Amino acid sequence: MVVTIDESQSTAPGVGTGVGAPVVFENLTRRFGATTALDRFSLAIAPGELVALLGPSGCGKTTALRVLAGFERPDIGRILVDGKDVSTVPAQRRNMGMVFQSYSLFPNMDARDNVAFGLQLRHQRSVQRRTRATELLDLVGLADHVTKYPHQLSGGQQQRVALARALAIEPRVLLLDEPLSALDAKVRAELRDQIRAIQQRLAITTVFVTHDQEEAMSMADRVCVMSRGHLEQVDTPAVLYSQPATPFVGQFVGVSSRVPVTRHGNQVEVLGRDVPIRGDLSAVPAGDLEALLRPEDLDVTPNPNGLGIVNHRSFLGALTRVGVGLGGSTVRVDVRSPQADDLVLGTRVDVSVTARDVLVTTPQPTS
Amino acid sequence: MASLELGQVLADPSEIDQPYEADAPLKKHRFQFRWGRGTILVLAAAYFILPFYAGMEYSLQHPTGGFSLTPISQIASAPGFASALWLSTQLAVITMAVVMVLMVPTVIYVHLRLPRFRRVMEVITILPIIIPPIAYSVGVLESAPQWLRNSQYLLAVVYVILAMPYVYRSLDSGLGALDLKTLVEASRSLGSSWLMTIWRVLVPNLRAALMSASVLTLALVFGEFTIANVDNWQTVPVWIYLAPTDNPRINTLVAMIALLATALVLILIVSLDRSQSRNSRRS
Repeated sequence: MVVTIDESQSTAPGVGTGVGAPVVFENLTRRFGATTALDRFSLAIAPGELVALLGPSGCGKTTALRVLAGFERPDIGRILVDGKDVSTVPAQRRNMGMVFQSYSLFPNMDARDNVAFGLQLRHQRSVQRRTRATELLDLVGLADHVTKYPHQLSGGQQQRVALARALAIEPRVLLLDEPLSALDAKVRAELRDQIRAIQQRLAITTVFVTHDQEEAMSMADRVCVMSRGHLEQVDTPAVLYSQPATPFVGQFVGVSSRVPVTRHGNQVEVLGRDVPIRGDLSAVPAGDLEALLRPEDLDVTPNPNGLGIVNHRSFLGALTRVGVGLGGSTVRVDVRSPQADDLVLGTRVDVSVTARDVLVTTPQPTS
Repeated sequence: MASLELGQVLADPSEIDQPYEADAPLKKHRFQFRWGRGTILVLAAAYFILPFYAGMEYSLQHPTGGFSLTPISQIASAPGFASALWLSTQLAVITMAVVMVLMVPTVIYVHLRLPRFRRVMEVITILPIIIPPIAYSVGVLESAPQWLRNSQYLLAVVYVILAMPYVYRSLDSGLGALDLKTLVEASRSLGSSWLMTIWRVLVPNLRAALMSASVLTLALVFGEFTIANVDNWQTVPVWIYLAPTDNPRINTLVAMIALLATALVLILIVSLDRSQSRNSRRS
């Protein structure tokens, strides 16, 4: 089966010059009984690029990674690494380093032996592999922990050893399966930056699975949002946030408020103003519609006769997110914190749209 | 789990809030004898120790009075004992090797690929305990190839079946304490074959389970009487029962030593199990 991959989307700005291998997921389908985990999933990743697979639980992101790693076989479709079909190649022959969600260090080996394990399998001499393992542990900041066993290391340290172990075999592709999800917030942020720095330094093609959008947006060259086994949108974090291609992406990535709208041709009337509809007009459903609006797409001004009432405030630093009750629902608006002083709870306000265009979708069914 | 790093706050905040009481009495862990438990423990100990003591007293009692260790030195030279010990040792080694080669990959496979089959495995592996050993003996004898029927090593085939319940449970418990799927996938992603993964990654982490399975198999082989006796092979238990010796005290002494060895082996298993539980909790 021949599929078309949008090559214009295959490379993010500033990447594509790495030494890692290009990876192509081509029309992959993987079913588990009646459940379709991957549904004609296609994605091209450039050499040296870090792509995050992002989506809710059960969207197929982990299955996609496991198919790439060789732990699952696709029912349909194929995986190309460096232009070669590896769909039937066993996991141990794919030369892909992987860091797992749960701590995966071998408990019977110390940190250095864990890192050197893959090199030993490649018949490297003892001195060489110990030197290389020590270098890699130094790279991840664990030079003082080489002789420690996994149970003597913290969670963050174990994941760094696991990263060093994955890098030791000089993999063609680095696979990260939610490696930070078991760590506390501070360690997670530190390790996130460290992984990204090492990945950029080594220019290794990396696929990173996460359900944490902040993690995906801050680390990845491109983010691939998945839902129900298929690709919703793949793009740079900035484009994904500012121009979500589908209502799912608009809702899943970042914060959005839903506001009922009335369609007039290629525009919708939203909060009293006509705004162009974003994207393919032919894909806009008929019937009742709602606009998805980011907090920065809205403005709020105090007005004793306004229709909105401030019902919530969250201080975010330079900005304050204000919740405004409007016709039975609440919209969230970001305002500069000094200006938010006037917007105490119960204040009547006017809400207006500042966006150039808006994404529209059908109303969410009420449960 | 936590390790000490620079800048780490050493004291738990909740502990800082605790006022220091200079005169607070020190907590003492005093031994308190609980009558209910103590009585049961003493009775149980007496149940095991008294027959053992009686056996040892009978074996080591000198005809002229007092005790003598001479019977211990006479064991090795007792007619038929050396060959019985050699046969039991061979059978134990063969049984352990065969049962491990069969069960280790099987239990790993069931844990990884057929977790729902674990209950079925539990039932299957308990059958050797339910079915009378004599049934195996007859069954194996009938179905064994001719070249094996007249061999003493036929006993090892039966012992493999008898050892299965103990080996399965030891391995099942050992594998349950590991994150098996992640360890296997990590090993394979690094380039390791299945065989290498079992040998280099799983077996070292199943050391306590394998040790436990081995010593239980050893105890089983050195304690099994019925089948060896029916098949007319003189293993150590058969020798203890049947061997004509000048001094029947030696037979009793061997039985007592076997009992003591089994008890020591069981204590070893319990301590290994505890050590494994501690390690799995730490990691």
